Amino acid sequence: MEMREIISTGNDLAAIAAVDAGCEFFGGYPITPSSEVMHTISDLLPKAGGAAIQMEDEIAGIAAAVGAAMSGVRSMTATSGPGVSLKAENLGLAQMAEVPLVLVNVMRGGPSTGLPTRVSQGDVRQARNPSHGDYRSITLCAGNLAECYTEVVRAFNLADRFMQPVIVLTDETLGHMHGKAMIPTVEEVKNSIVPRKTFDGAPEDYRPYGVGPDEAAVLNPMFKGYRYHFTGLHHDGKGFPTEEIETCRKLIQRLEDKVMMHTDELELNEEFMLDDFDGSEGEVLIVAYGSVSLAAKEAIRHLRADGIKAGLFRPITLWPSPADRMGELVKATKNVLCVELNIRQYTEEVERVSGRLDIEGLYKVNGRAISPYEIVNKVKEVF
Amino acid sequence: MAFNYDQYLRLEKMPTLWCWGCGDGVILKAFIRAVDKMGWSKDDVCVVSGIGCSGRFSSYVDFNTIHTTHGRTVAFATGVKLANPDKHVICVGGDGDALAIGGNHTIHGCRRNIDINFIVINNFIYGLTNSQTSPTTPQGMWTVSQKAGNIDPTFDACKLAIAAGATFVAREKVNDPRKLEKVFVEGFKHRGFSFFDILSNCHINLGRKNKMQSAMENLDWIDAITVSKKKYDEMSEDERLNLLPTGILKQDTAAREYCDMYEDIKAVQQGKRKVLTQDDFEKKI
Repeated sequence: MEMREIISTGNDLAAIAAVDAGCEFFGGYPITPSSEVMHTISDLLPKAGGAAIQMEDEIAGIAAAVGAAMSGVRSMTATSGPGVSLKAENLGLAQMAEVPLVLVNVMRGGPSTGLPTRVSQGDVRQARNPSHGDYRSITLCAGNLAECYTEVVRAFNLADRFMQPVIVLTDETLGHMHGKAMIPTVEEVKNSIVPRKTFDGAPEDYRPYGVGPDEAAVLNPMFKGYRYHFTGLHHDGKGFPTEEIETCRKLIQRLEDKVMMHTDELELNEEFMLDDFDGSEGEVLIVAYGSVSLAAKEAIRHLRADGIKAGLFRPITLWPSPADRMGELVKATKNVLCVELNIRQYTEEVERVSGRLDIEGLYKVNGRAISPYEIVNKVKEVF
Repeated sequence: MAFNYDQYLRLEKMPTLWCWGCGDGVILKAFIRAVDKMGWSKDDVCVVSGIGCSGRFSSYVDFNTIHTTHGRTVAFATGVKLANPDKHVICVGGDGDALAIGGNHTIHGCRRNIDINFIVINNFIYGLTNSQTSPTTPQGMWTVSQKAGNIDPTFDACKLAIAAGATFVAREKVNDPRKLEKVFVEGFKHRGFSFFDILSNCHINLGRKNKMQSAMENLDWIDAITVSKKKYDEMSEDERLNLLPTGILKQDTAAREYCDMYEDIKAVQQGKRKVLTQDDFEKKI
């Protein structure tokens, strides 16, 4: 892949990625630490012929973005945890009506107003189920500056593939980190775009939600002769409200299966220094994601220098979790340490997929980043 | 020849869920006639509704239609419109939708003066959820959530829209279907945010405990609380008490529309003009 070097921040890279990926609309509302995504995209989108609007509140920010997405354009919103809480209602509508959307959440300390200017990974559990009802959230998590770009690009393609919102988690550390990143060229990104499926038969034969049991809705752009209906109510193949028993059951089952039967298209992990793992005594597997993984990698280098065989498993797609691969690695390694800027939010998933309850954890919830030395010390203390 | 509504209706969705004698059907028909008068292609129209009886409006008409979350109609419509400035976007909401849960979106839609037509079906009550107090329920009326009589002061939707900056504000009532059609056409022609406060009857959920058990009694009450703007303007303050003026209450054709102004933003960002200053706008603060 042809790459280019860029010096930027995580928040700016998210905005640049959106425009490069063909995003034409942004609806947002100011919130620390994600505001710079809106600042930058407000310049870039009109330049590229699209539109960005600062709405009256978080709810309206996502509503405008979903409205634009319903009309057929690629659309994005960005916020932080408190904003996601407010946006949850319309995220639910987008899940139910199968509207593709990218939501960037630059995480800060919570709950509530929390620590607005400081880092956290406290929204991992929220990202899994932001609103009521049954559906599968797709959540990606950038682990470095370059991924603030590449994961946003991937999110747009996944949103159009699965026809639902895709959440990209970054955090205050990455959002405000300023540095050099190697990212694909604009041409590479343009070539990687896979737009949403459309129906080109006769309008009277069009059934946007009348798809296979594990398939995503096929939603044509508006204003092109295929007049149909969006609703948050249970709906039939044509999109109209219904309470018919089988139709309701099949709809919700399909929302589950369209994601869970195709997790292979979603899964993305990094395995760092695991090549020489053979199940021998003394191996230490660290599970970390997001900005924490930067500290974890540094810690692993130090541990290796001290003769401790350590390695990192980093899920990039957090939800649905990489159950098979993560479970396999965790089962095969005696010493497992989860490092998170929250209290056990992903550790519980690691426990679930591995069936193990003896996993060690390093959790930090004071708004400060974890340093490599904290991880090194923790490993030496518990194993 | 009688007007043919069928070409604009999703006939397989009939009958509607609205009660017998409900004013929503009168508004639906006037709306269809107005769209027909405008000569708009069905493909170029998007109807966005909220939650409640009025929320079902969108599913009955053969346009591009969105049934959104409670109160968020204008916010969704803003995204549709700004991404498709040459299309016609019409919002339909109830009094609870537009003035309670969605009050903020109503205010800011008006303020932005984006070319959206917002039809508020105001029946003075939460109908679909069975008779709870709405922001327009008159004080002293029985509601299921205030059985001893509503003590919440009543909202004047048009005053709100005018104060918030809507550039076309009109009030009509289902008692006058012809006027309804006419005012819709005037609003649809207007480039900017058009706000319609359409008074409608709900003899089932407002009327049943407030001595208006039939549609006719409810409509008579609406007649009794309304007066044309012309007459209203000639009245003294005392005479105006408890009366709502009907007709076009405000129209400002000088104010610039939001999507038009956004074209200026695009021109700035594309290096085709200098940044906007207060001199680009008529009104200065």
